[in-house]
Amino acid sequence: MISDFWIHPALLLIIGACALPLVRGAWRLPLLLLVPALAFGAVLSMTPGTFGVVQFADWHLVFGRVDGLSLIFAYIMALMCIIGTIYGLHIRDPYHHMAAWFYVAGSLGTIFAGDLLTLFLFWEIMAFASTFLIWFRGRSQSLAAGYRYLLVHTVGGVVLLAGIILQYQASGSLEFNLLTSSSITAASCLILLGFMLNAAVFPLHSWLPDAYGEASVVGAVFMCAFTTKTAVYTLIRGFAGTEILIPLGVTMALVGVLYAILENDARRLLAYSIISQVGYMVAAVGIGTPLALGGAAAHAFAHILYKGLLFMGVGSVLQMTGTAKFTELGGLYQKMPRTLLLTLVGCASIAAVPLFSGFVSKSLIIAAGLEEHHYLATFLLLAASAGTFLYNGLKLPYLIWFGESRCSSEVWQRAADPPWHMQLAMGLAAFFCLLVGIYFPYLYNMLPQPVAYQPYQAYQLAESLQILAFTGLVFYLLRGWLRPRPTITLDLDWFYRLGGRLFLWLASRPIQATDTAVNNAYRSWGLTPLMTISRFWSWFDWHAIDGVVDGVARGVRGTGERVRRLQAANLQINIFTTVLIVALLLLLYVFAN
Amino acid sequence: MIVKVIDQLRQNISLLARLGLAALVLLLLWDVLLLDKSHAHIALERLPGFWALFGLAAAVALIVLARLAAGLGLQTDEDYYDK
Repeated sequence: MISDFWIHPALLLIIGACALPLVRGAWRLPLLLLVPALAFGAVLSMTPGTFGVVQFADWHLVFGRVDGLSLIFAYIMALMCIIGTIYGLHIRDPYHHMAAWFYVAGSLGTIFAGDLLTLFLFWEIMAFASTFLIWFRGRSQSLAAGYRYLLVHTVGGVVLLAGIILQYQASGSLEFNLLTSSSITAASCLILLGFMLNAAVFPLHSWLPDAYGEASVVGAVFMCAFTTKTAVYTLIRGFAGTEILIPLGVTMALVGVLYAILENDARRLLAYSIISQVGYMVAAVGIGTPLALGGAAAHAFAHILYKGLLFMGVGSVLQMTGTAKFTELGGLYQKMPRTLLLTLVGCASIAAVPLFSGFVSKSLIIAAGLEEHHYLATFLLLAASAGTFLYNGLKLPYLIWFGESRCSSEVWQRAADPPWHMQLAMGLAAFFCLLVGIYFPYLYNMLPQPVAYQPYQAYQLAESLQILAFTGLVFYLLRGWLRPRPTITLDLDWFYRLGGRLFLWLASRPIQATDTAVNNAYRSWGLTPLMTISRFWSWFDWHAIDGVVDGVARGVRGTGERVRRLQAANLQINIFTTVLIVALLLLLYVFAN
Repeated sequence: MIVKVIDQLRQNISLLARLGLAALVLLLLWDVLLLDKSHAHIALERLPGFWALFGLAAAVALIVLARLAAGLGLQTDEDYYDK
């Protein structure tokens, strides 16, 4: 009967997150280690099947659709939660961990959701919780970036919800399966748009560098793993074989490279690199064969590990020195050698160097593209690989750890390898990057459909090594062109950032002017008669009602004072509490049934 | 220990450069003399050193494109949005 027992890993994380603020002192550390481990254990113990089915009003909600596809994604998400939590052990603020765990819970909930409504619920938990990971950076810029992130994802969520409602209306079912089997409908288009926004598909991508570049050091480590890869999962599930995704994915891969080449902020560079790498997965979903879909899942798996590792490495630099800008770093190998070594594993993995994880996952996608004769798309993806080695394998480590030091004396003095737990987390991620790269059946055996593919063949090795080596030669010759400049590169967020400013101008100038005019008119035409009347009532009030009312008034004033204080409290905390309570109530209701 | 190794390497930078060059030559020789090209997907791939040329061209093209985009005004001051 053991297979009947099923516990949702998201529930474990949410209970753990709620317990965190109550547990203080020495007990917090064991709890921080235990909860993600339990969630990982829950994923490991799962067997395929359908669990957590709830009848809610007319809807048939499925919280636990467990199959090969959801298992591989849940496995890597839960593993990354362990690594990310270890990386953030130094954080004393329990709400920071709480936001991270709610965020992971949202992702796991989405992955196991068997119907669109459950998916939407967890989708929104993910968006709300991750916003706090940006705000916890604590700078005024991160506050603004967090609001932009929240607004973009709210719009995306509304589009997704609209699609879900239309889908329900048309088919009478909320089931979440392949949505492209029938003809293209408005419903499936809207759902696709919602998924594409979270996957940062061009041109819906610019929220990503904006937010991840401003997130807290630990927050960015979590964010880089979950939102986009959960979206890739939903794309595989709902839109496998949708051809439009091939050109979109290739565009993402190339645009991400171009922006990363120009970027001066190391974390924004990594953010653009996410767009580029997710481009491979999106293109693979578009190709849609079992080999391609396996490639998308495998690349998501490998990507979460090496991108987490890279964000941890650069995050350590930011944490220790206070900056992640290439113009203010350089030559740090003397001060942060271990961080360098571990980050290099991530660099080699993302650049698809043989024996590292990216090589065995990216080859699947390339092979699938060639097999289906998408030659142009595949060759462009290979060109983007050359670019990936250029900006992430060479430019990033060179400008932070090698070359001349551009550090101020303060930065140089502060620089040192980070605390033990951060190194441990990086070491874990590096270990898995190497494990996947060297013993690839570990990853291939987890794929939803078995693939008969051998990445280490002479021809593939020659191809990869030549591309890498000659890209290295170009870097050596043209490194002057890549020297850091204190600049930013404008992206499509320009439109809504300046659009917001236009709205502000409208509000402050024309609308304000109208308001003032109306006020003036009211003052001269309406106020005088009113004053006369009110003088009479004031007399009446003074002599007749005062005595009665005084007592009541004091009571009202007291209540008003309390409400005022409640409203003045931090708006973010209020939102968080509200969302938390709603989520808890829903979950309690669902699991109590 | 890591620092010492890197310091050593930096002192022998010209030797490293020559080793790198030797690796490039070896890769090309492998491609021209030994590699079984029956796995090639398109005819172009059978050219000697095709993938080396591909990597070279792709990297140069991406850098030039990025610098072009920067020159067109996409790259701007850090305080652009604060003005």
